[in-house]
Amino acid sequence: MLPLNDTAMALLLAAVVVLPLLGAAAALLPAPPGLRGSGPEQAVLRHGVTVTGVVLVAALLLALGFDHDHPATVQAETDVSWVPALDIRIHLGIDGISLPLLVLTALLTFLCALHSYFRMPEGPSAKGFVALLLVLEAGTLATFAVLDLMLFFLAFETVLIPMYFLIARWGGARRGPAAWKFILYTLLGSVVMLLGLLLVGLEAGTFDMVTLTTDNAPGADGPALGHTAQLLAVLSIGLGLAVKTPMWPLHSWLPDAHTAAPTVGSVLLAGVLLKMGTYGFVRILLPVAPDGMRTFAPYLAALAVAGIVYGSLVCLALARRGAGGDLKRLIAYSSVGHMGFVLLGIATLTRTGVNGALFANVAHGLITGLLFFLVGALKDRTGTTDLDRLAGRTGAALYGRVPRFGGLLAFAAVASLGLPGLAGFWGELLALLGAFHPADGLSRPAYLVFTAVGAFGTLLTAAYLLVVVRRVCMGDPDERPAAIPVGEGEENASPGANASPARAEPPSRTADASPVPVALPDVRGHEFAAWTPLVVLTVLAGLWPAALLGLTDPAVQDLLPGVTR
Amino acid sequence: MTATVAADVVQSADVVQSVDWLAIAPPVVAAVAGLAVLVLDLFLPEARKHLLGPVSCAGLALAGLALLPLLDGDRSTFCLTAEPDVCSYVADPFTLAVQLLVLGGAFVAALLSTASVRDERLPAGEFWFLLLSSAAGAALLPASRDLATLVVALEVASLPAFALVGLRRGDRLSSEAALKFFLSSVTATAVMLLGVSFVYAATGSLHLTTVADALPGEDARLETVAMTGVVLTLVGFAFKTAAAPFHFWVPDTYVGAPLPVAAYLSVVGKAVGFSGLILVTVVAFPRYDHVWGPALAVLAALTMTVGNVAALRQDTGRAHGAVRLLAWSSVGQAGYLLVPLAAAGGADSPTEAIGATVAYALVYAVVNLGAFAVAAHVRTRSAAHRVDDYRGLYARHPLAALALGFFLLCLAGLPPGVIGLFAKVAVFRTAVDAGLGWLAVVMAVNVVIALFYYLRWTALLFLPAEEAAPARVARSAPARADADSAAAGVRTATAVRTVDGVRTARPVRISAPVTAAVALTGVLAVALSGAPQLVLRFASTTLL
Repeated sequence: MLPLNDTAMALLLAAVVVLPLLGAAAALLPAPPGLRGSGPEQAVLRHGVTVTGVVLVAALLLALGFDHDHPATVQAETDVSWVPALDIRIHLGIDGISLPLLVLTALLTFLCALHSYFRMPEGPSAKGFVALLLVLEAGTLATFAVLDLMLFFLAFETVLIPMYFLIARWGGARRGPAAWKFILYTLLGSVVMLLGLLLVGLEAGTFDMVTLTTDNAPGADGPALGHTAQLLAVLSIGLGLAVKTPMWPLHSWLPDAHTAAPTVGSVLLAGVLLKMGTYGFVRILLPVAPDGMRTFAPYLAALAVAGIVYGSLVCLALARRGAGGDLKRLIAYSSVGHMGFVLLGIATLTRTGVNGALFANVAHGLITGLLFFLVGALKDRTGTTDLDRLAGRTGAALYGRVPRFGGLLAFAAVASLGLPGLAGFWGELLALLGAFHPADGLSRPAYLVFTAVGAFGTLLTAAYLLVVVRRVCMGDPDERPAAIPVGEGEENASPGANASPARAEPPSRTADASPVPVALPDVRGHEFAAWTPLVVLTVLAGLWPAALLGLTDPAVQDLLPGVTR
Repeated sequence: MTATVAADVVQSADVVQSVDWLAIAPPVVAAVAGLAVLVLDLFLPEARKHLLGPVSCAGLALAGLALLPLLDGDRSTFCLTAEPDVCSYVADPFTLAVQLLVLGGAFVAALLSTASVRDERLPAGEFWFLLLSSAAGAALLPASRDLATLVVALEVASLPAFALVGLRRGDRLSSEAALKFFLSSVTATAVMLLGVSFVYAATGSLHLTTVADALPGEDARLETVAMTGVVLTLVGFAFKTAAAPFHFWVPDTYVGAPLPVAAYLSVVGKAVGFSGLILVTVVAFPRYDHVWGPALAVLAALTMTVGNVAALRQDTGRAHGAVRLLAWSSVGQAGYLLVPLAAAGGADSPTEAIGATVAYALVYAVVNLGAFAVAAHVRTRSAAHRVDDYRGLYARHPLAALALGFFLLCLAGLPPGVIGLFAKVAVFRTAVDAGLGWLAVVMAVNVVIALFYYLRWTALLFLPAEEAAPARVARSAPARADADSAAAGVRTATAVRTVDGVRTARPVRISAPVTAAVALTGVLAVALSGAPQLVLRFASTTLL
């Protein structure tokens, strides 16, 4: 659409990756005169908004300059040798698979920066917060932009430290253990992944993803990797990616991390970080180790549907009255289910399924990002995310008390359950369709069972989300929620248990008896600004899925040579 | 060296050996500087003794600069007059890389020592003389290519180190540390000498290349002697590298020694052991790679596991915990350093594999010295020097805390410590390449274990000091007081004052040499992270 030449595109992509890093360094320096603003905190938060804004603009320019007629070819390519000793090259480039994720990341991070500008999470200085946010952005953008296995690993790991600190320093109750759990799980997976990547690189003689892909394409002189190497590669790399995704049963870090993380952390964790795992499956494992994937695909699919059902059942249990369910935790578990659909799509090894997976990836980023924003805002207003405390006897009655807010929450919930016409629908539909007709060589009956179980999972998803809508949005606005005895569920531990005395605590135990404040502010201006893009994109992706599928499908065809469905 | 030279002279008395002074300049300059300091100490009045520190640093810097003219090609000297390609001293890329590591490490340790010598009232003349002598021996070792020179260099490097460890007079911990270190090291030397004598008996030569050709010996009856000699020599070097199960002296020695000496031992001492091990395995005993390859692999797995598990179990509240943790972590890192060596036993090109060890050792030297430099500062403020004392360092000294965080992440191998990660990748590569998959997996597990304690420490740096302050201050007021008060809010500061009464809440300034050491290592670590090729090129070239 925009006529940009190759150099300009390459520079834009490099800028997208490097700018946040420079911005992070600059955030730590004192503000120059003229940019001091009303105070150091405000200045650095504004700096964060500026940098992420510029990155978003650059990412949008990239999307506009992208040659939409050839989404399968790698564009905006940079290829420079970095560490010849280890054969590591700075190889950047985007195609139809990575572009949507790149733009999604830039958008979500910008919205997060905007959100924190108006509402900085409780915790130490804003300087560190902004710097970590920008490093996080650099790491995720780099993950989607690099085409070298070692660089991919480097980018994959870069996000850990900032996310750890975001949770551990700016999080809520139980943030310390949750942050530990997050980083240990991910590290354990990624060290194994490193071994797998090394194996691939040494066996094939290159770390370059493009070369590895073309080596396995039909017409090339045989696959670059032997069968055993492929199996080992899928096992080890897959393990690292599965922890990140997260795949059941490796998911148990996720609910804790989400519950403890600040709103911004949850949004980025769900919206972007989880996608790095599934992106790795599509980008690395599918083309590099096709034989290995074919062997393990049924197991992956089985675990994926187990995750779908498990996530939904946990959510149903959490949504029940008296269960003491935490809304953030509920959404976290719903992510396990949604990512299950993504994995199921990939495990079908069909074009339909993989396209569905990529679509569901983006849709989940939009919808769950929105949900976490909303729940964060709800916590700001009411001081709690505990469903029982919120809902009281009849319900929290957000429709009645804050109609716009309640409407948005209901919108996000139905989008999440996959209502046709919204973004959540297409990904899950395509994944299930792919599973109905899996690739040749995969057992059709087994996949039919997976399809059935997955479809049942959508029903459960609808069930718990509707329960949530009923309990949070509906109810009698004039009724004051009665005190619910607190203390039976693990989520009900005192919020201040390991928070410092200086932290502003949500209503403590003694306040439990008193009702949630009746007068709640409706959607504020900045919240409106932060959420509108997500809402618009959710509707757009739901009504015009071709925009996204047109980008991914040609690239997916290249990844799955010889597959016709 | 003199012995062989004398023997050579007797052998062919008509030829006078010419010595390539340029080639041997690095160790010689260090040794001469040591002697000069010893003499200078006699003539300087007490008030001027502090000048000895800068003089020693300058001597080490000069020795380091002496490496520059050697870059253009291999040089060798002290060669047999009959066989000019059999030499006792060779300045090849391997030698230069290790000499750079040793002299650079000694230089940073010397920077740290200037403050330490003054504050701990160590005898200046002796201290600097011992440090420089040890550095001279360490610089000689990688260049030596016969077993006699190797042993002599090793002893020149170690003997002064015993004295350095025990230099804190009247400190029981220090004397105990020195004794432990001395006994274990002397045992190692005795075992090694026995091994060397067996090898000499079996081959009739001390020169490494000649030994390599002569082994396993035409005479089958000598096979057992040769084999025993090889094994005993290796055991001796394993002692020196503090590989498990010969590692037990490390933590106590590091804790008892003055902190800069511990830093010196952890980097230069290790480098000495490793370069010796590389020389004997790859150069002298390549025919026995089926023996030492697997043995070193087991040793590597054992060493890293022992070191990391022990480090993991360190209580952050224990006295001297920080140095103890660094000591155990250095044992763990020694395990990683052994991996490429073990891989060299099975690799097609052993010299390329050992390049990974050299590269890793260089990276480790920079970041470990950096960590010790920051520790040297924290130590001046809290006598107990627990890991907990690092809580809130960021609030007091943001740059020092950032630097330490970076060093620890480099040691852990986690971005942003890119160079630490890539150095580990280079090591992993050699293991996977040589088919030692199980060792790679053991190392991967160890990396994760190590991440845990490095990260725990890193996280501590950025915590606000106030959270746990009141209880702890009450428990150990003198040690903690100013550490806490500096960063904490007004409330804590007043609490500290009521307990301690005297201390001020202002952060203590970091002394200039320590700042220089932190800055030097910090800049190096960041530069290497940006351009890893600078050091990783060793991992892809033939060094020997």
